Amino acid sequence: MKIRIGFGSCGIAAGARKVLAEFEKEFSQRGLDIPITKTGCNGMCFNEPLIEVFDQDGQVFMYGKVMPEMVKEIIEQHVIGGQPVTEYLVSDDDLGFINKQKRVALRNCGNIDPESIDDYMASGGYQAFEKCLTQMTPEQVIEEIKISGLRGRGGAGFPTWFKWNATRQAKGAPKYVICNADEGDPGAFMDRSLLESDPNSVMEGMMIAGYAVGAKEGIFYVRAEYPLAIKRLEMAINQARAKGFLGNNILGTGFSFDLRIKAGAGAFVCGEETALIASLEGERGMPRLKPPFPAEKGYWRKPTNINNVETYANVPWILSNGGAAFAAMGTATSKGTKVFALAGKIKRGGLVEVPMGLTLREVIYDIGGGIIGDKEFKGVQMGGPSGGCIPKEQLDTPIDYESITKTGAIMGSGGMIVMDETTCMVDMARFFLDFTQKESCGKCYHCRLGTKRMLEILNRITSGEGKDGDIELLEELSVKIKEGSLCGLGQSAPNPAQSTIRYFRNEYEDHIYSKKCTAKKCKPLLTYSINEDVCTGCTVCAKKCPVQAIKGERKKPHVLDQSLCIKCGNCFDVCKFGAVQVD
Amino acid sequence: MQCCCGEEKKLEDRFSDNDVDLKPLQTVLDKYKNESGSMITILQQTQEIYGYLPKKALLHIAEETGVKPAKVLGAATFYTQFRFKPIGKYLVMLCQGTACHVNGSEKIEEAICDELKIKDGETTPDNLFTLENVACLGCCSLAPVMMINGEAYGKLTPQSARKVLREIYKKETNS
Repeated sequence: MKIRIGFGSCGIAAGARKVLAEFEKEFSQRGLDIPITKTGCNGMCFNEPLIEVFDQDGQVFMYGKVMPEMVKEIIEQHVIGGQPVTEYLVSDDDLGFINKQKRVALRNCGNIDPESIDDYMASGGYQAFEKCLTQMTPEQVIEEIKISGLRGRGGAGFPTWFKWNATRQAKGAPKYVICNADEGDPGAFMDRSLLESDPNSVMEGMMIAGYAVGAKEGIFYVRAEYPLAIKRLEMAINQARAKGFLGNNILGTGFSFDLRIKAGAGAFVCGEETALIASLEGERGMPRLKPPFPAEKGYWRKPTNINNVETYANVPWILSNGGAAFAAMGTATSKGTKVFALAGKIKRGGLVEVPMGLTLREVIYDIGGGIIGDKEFKGVQMGGPSGGCIPKEQLDTPIDYESITKTGAIMGSGGMIVMDETTCMVDMARFFLDFTQKESCGKCYHCRLGTKRMLEILNRITSGEGKDGDIELLEELSVKIKEGSLCGLGQSAPNPAQSTIRYFRNEYEDHIYSKKCTAKKCKPLLTYSINEDVCTGCTVCAKKCPVQAIKGERKKPHVLDQSLCIKCGNCFDVCKFGAVQVD
Repeated sequence: MQCCCGEEKKLEDRFSDNDVDLKPLQTVLDKYKNESGSMITILQQTQEIYGYLPKKALLHIAEETGVKPAKVLGAATFYTQFRFKPIGKYLVMLCQGTACHVNGSEKIEEAICDELKIKDGETTPDNLFTLENVACLGCCSLAPVMMINGEAYGKLTPQSARKVLREIYKKETNS
């Protein structure tokens, strides 16, 4: 018998620490000697804190949304009594969330203790690395990656083998490999979860890359906002050194390689590889012109290979199972699987990994369970500030690089934000432009000022001051910014506005010409009123109104004075009878 | 940091520092000053010591590393992580990621601002709370989320956010 508890950032945020403390307290009081292992995240973030009970017969029972007060019952009835507490168990429906996935990059997440290299090795870890060093030449490793068809999982989808080969062929020494863990898309958490739940997989992928390209040093560039990921990476690197997987003359093969971590300092543009390199060198993270590509002149102007966290996590699996096995999954041009962070108005939000080629509908409805409160699906945002919104008419789009690009969004790093009828698309465009405008490094005129102008226009539209011609101006600016920007940030910054104009032009027109926000999100465009036939005169709204705009006697219908109303929405939120209307 | 256009005074306003003790900074500098490309690491560790980047410390870093003050300041102001004002005892980081935005982080911000009577980036007069909007905390399935001194609070409503702050305030004023 053993207990396993999810200890990723989301699990801890949901209260896993208190649950663990409760288990430890109860066990010690009862003199029970049952091991409790902490694992990373199995992706079921919506059910955190998660507990798994492994009984004597090897059967596993998963409890979801465990609160400290439930622990005693679980211990008495299940751990001691042998009878699972069925009402707390994760439902079969929810288990479908995991069963419908195909886990390659996430193969160990939630199954092993991320703070123990022995656990990783027991599940086959470092065998691929050993195989590479002892049985394969660097060229053979690159060939295997070529067969697999693996493409960069950071968003752009560049063939991984090509980068590796270019770095291997480039003249200059020393060579470097870098892991881009500067997950900047607000709303994506694949890299965080992978590093927290299975740091060794990513490290092993980097070590194999180091061998393939001929590097001696690898650097992790991790967001400083991910302290737990950094801590677990540090532990894993130290343990790998102690085991002799890092250092000089690894496994007696003459290959030497080491890893270190650099914490980023918060700049979205540093996800761009040349900006990332500038940041690693201690400078402002500003991109530079390519070519020369980092493969030729990268970190300290030396040949450098940069890949994303998920890309590296796939590598050991490919070397163990063969490139062909990876290529057997997915579509003609997009091989293998992809991890997505499902969030927003979705019932089962979390981390999912599916074979390429599945449709958006399958991911959002079959795995994600559909929309919270069974509201109307409006769109899904992919690729974050660089991506776009895909409307419901295109829900049957297969997930592969080319098909997603055709919709006007991008595959991106894997953020998938689901939106329902209460999300205003003009407001979404405004939100993303606000982000990119702040994050523009300022090097290129079009990006620096163009995003600012776009934001100003969007701010105007959402505050009810939109003018005829605004949509056209946004469209024109979008084209110009894309043409006039050096790096991916500027080249993709107009995407959220462009894609929402393309699919939801009517919403823009409603805002500008009818001064209406159908999603009821843009405050200046809303009007609150009280339906006299429904109002019971309970006075709650009048009490909650911060500006005393609601008047009326007790048990008589109340009236809202429009000239005083500041549209805070308090009355709407507190009315139990649905008497407050918003138009 | 003398400047011909009278910027000196503005900088003074921006980087308030009183009696900053440079001693703890020295160990950081001894370790990193000769390592090329370590400026961001030095700045991060400086912020860890003081909670922000005091002007005096920035000048000292420039002097010790031989990097021009303008370049040190250039790197420091580029990254959102770095602050130039001291923070309160509790740093309230409110997530403004996409998932939190879709799930109503705006209302949470209104509630926090109203409760503490401060805006984004400001500190309460009693130096207890600083509010900072951050891009994403990566706990998207718990949106909307805030983090106070490393502890995350998820699935917030305006009421629950107020409650968390009130409890901290109560704890602090009672002890």
